[in-house]
Amino acid sequence: MIYADNAATTAMSEAAIARMTEVMRQTYGNPSSLYSIGQEAKEVLEQARADIASVIGANPNEIIFTSGGSEADNQAITSAARFGAKKGKKHIISSAFEHHAVLHTLNKLKEEGFEITLLDVHEDGLIRPEEVEAAIREDTCLVTIMYANNEIGTIQPIRKIGEICKTKGVTFHTDAVQAMAHIPVNVDDDNIGMLSASAHKFHGPKGVGFLYVRKGVPVFNLIEGGAQERGKRAGTENVAGIAAMAEALKEATTDMSEKMTSVAAKRDKLIQGLTEIPHSALNGDAAHRLPGNVNFCFEGIEGESLLLLLDDKGIQASSGSACTSGSLDPSHVLLAIGRVHDVAHGSLRLSISEDTTDEDVKTIISSVGEVVEYLRSFSPIWRDLTTGKKQFIL
Amino acid sequence: MALYSEKVMEHFRNPRNVGVIEDADGVGEVGNAKCGDIMKMYLKINDDEIIEDVKFETFGCGSAIASSSMATELIKGKPVSEAMKLTNAAVAEALDGLPDYKMHCSVLAEEAIKSALDDYYSRK
Repeated sequence: MIYADNAATTAMSEAAIARMTEVMRQTYGNPSSLYSIGQEAKEVLEQARADIASVIGANPNEIIFTSGGSEADNQAITSAARFGAKKGKKHIISSAFEHHAVLHTLNKLKEEGFEITLLDVHEDGLIRPEEVEAAIREDTCLVTIMYANNEIGTIQPIRKIGEICKTKGVTFHTDAVQAMAHIPVNVDDDNIGMLSASAHKFHGPKGVGFLYVRKGVPVFNLIEGGAQERGKRAGTENVAGIAAMAEALKEATTDMSEKMTSVAAKRDKLIQGLTEIPHSALNGDAAHRLPGNVNFCFEGIEGESLLLLLDDKGIQASSGSACTSGSLDPSHVLLAIGRVHDVAHGSLRLSISEDTTDEDVKTIISSVGEVVEYLRSFSPIWRDLTTGKKQFIL
Repeated sequence: MALYSEKVMEHFRNPRNVGVIEDADGVGEVGNAKCGDIMKMYLKINDDEIIEDVKFETFGCGSAIASSSMATELIKGKPVSEAMKLTNAAVAEALDGLPDYKMHCSVLAEEAIKSALDDYYSRK
């Protein structure tokens, strides 16, 4: 089996599994209890907080543990909106291809009277900092731009955008779910005010993540209850999950540049190999790209059937076709970079990891080629394209 | 739990009657690329109004390909009058069911065959 859907989720690392089971067995106390096993759990929790903070250049008390990236996004955006509204600031800037955890939260705020500006992401899938600057107004309370896109892997000019927001005095949040532990992220260097991350995207467990909130940036809690997380997130902490997240993060960020180079080399081989399939195109900029992300469109075929046949060949990947999204529209990300519907339905995302071998890369290239050719052999669109009834787009 | 029934996967992996009939007596194409499904049906019909041969081409998801395949199986060798009565429910049932949000694939298969039959009648 070749698992090439690491942007969806990753396999937990052995170290993270070991840490998680160790904590589950030995440190089952409630961190809010004052007796010894409770305080041991508290220690595990605070060590994890310190470890995570150290990786991203934050102070431990700037980390709030959450159930994952979506909760962190919701909390960051809703907080900035509520506090902005108190000062009469009800304008938020974001981009057209954010994750739905961001876009759907913004839609809800729009219904409540907020004004949302969604910036163009251009054909290369990159936001222009000058367009962020131009969009900022007196009443802007938040800029929220993802660190790297989850479908096409394009890495945004976060440092520059953060600098602009800092100068203008506007809170800057970034959804770093795809970037965290895959490329260097430092909240000070990158001028980040709030940041969301999720453990299962970097070989940690599912159902756990964190929100970084810079000291001085106000946040309120989404979940009412006890005083956990300094009153910012009620509910008994997922101690084992949090400890495993810290373990996974430390592991993934050790020798990161070597890992990045090695994964990116395989990514580039994949891109090179798949480009040779006629009438195909890479989605998103090739240079400003996550080391593990490959995303292609193949004209004349539909993504779900591509995925099912690749699965039969032991390759797990994903697609932005309508059939895989459960709606009639293909991926909003592919539409945002200007791909037309016909082409966007035929997309394939391969997200590889350190575990992907050179042999896997070769197998993927040949298998994708075979499946695309097979599906085209009985595609009425492909017939129209090859007989000149329709013009090729790619 | 699998996304599709064994029957759907079997027809998807080994679709029956794939291809083109160059001298078809009726051709129908339904769906559009915008929604991600296009089906094209070719019918060869003899003087006794029996569907002697049927072929299809489909751009679409697994259930669209399986529905096309099953629909061709259900009408092959049948009189035109019977093929006219083919329903999407019959296609879906023959596939041991489709997920709710994929029922439109069976609807497209029914429409593709009716469109090809309409073409056949209009040529007569």
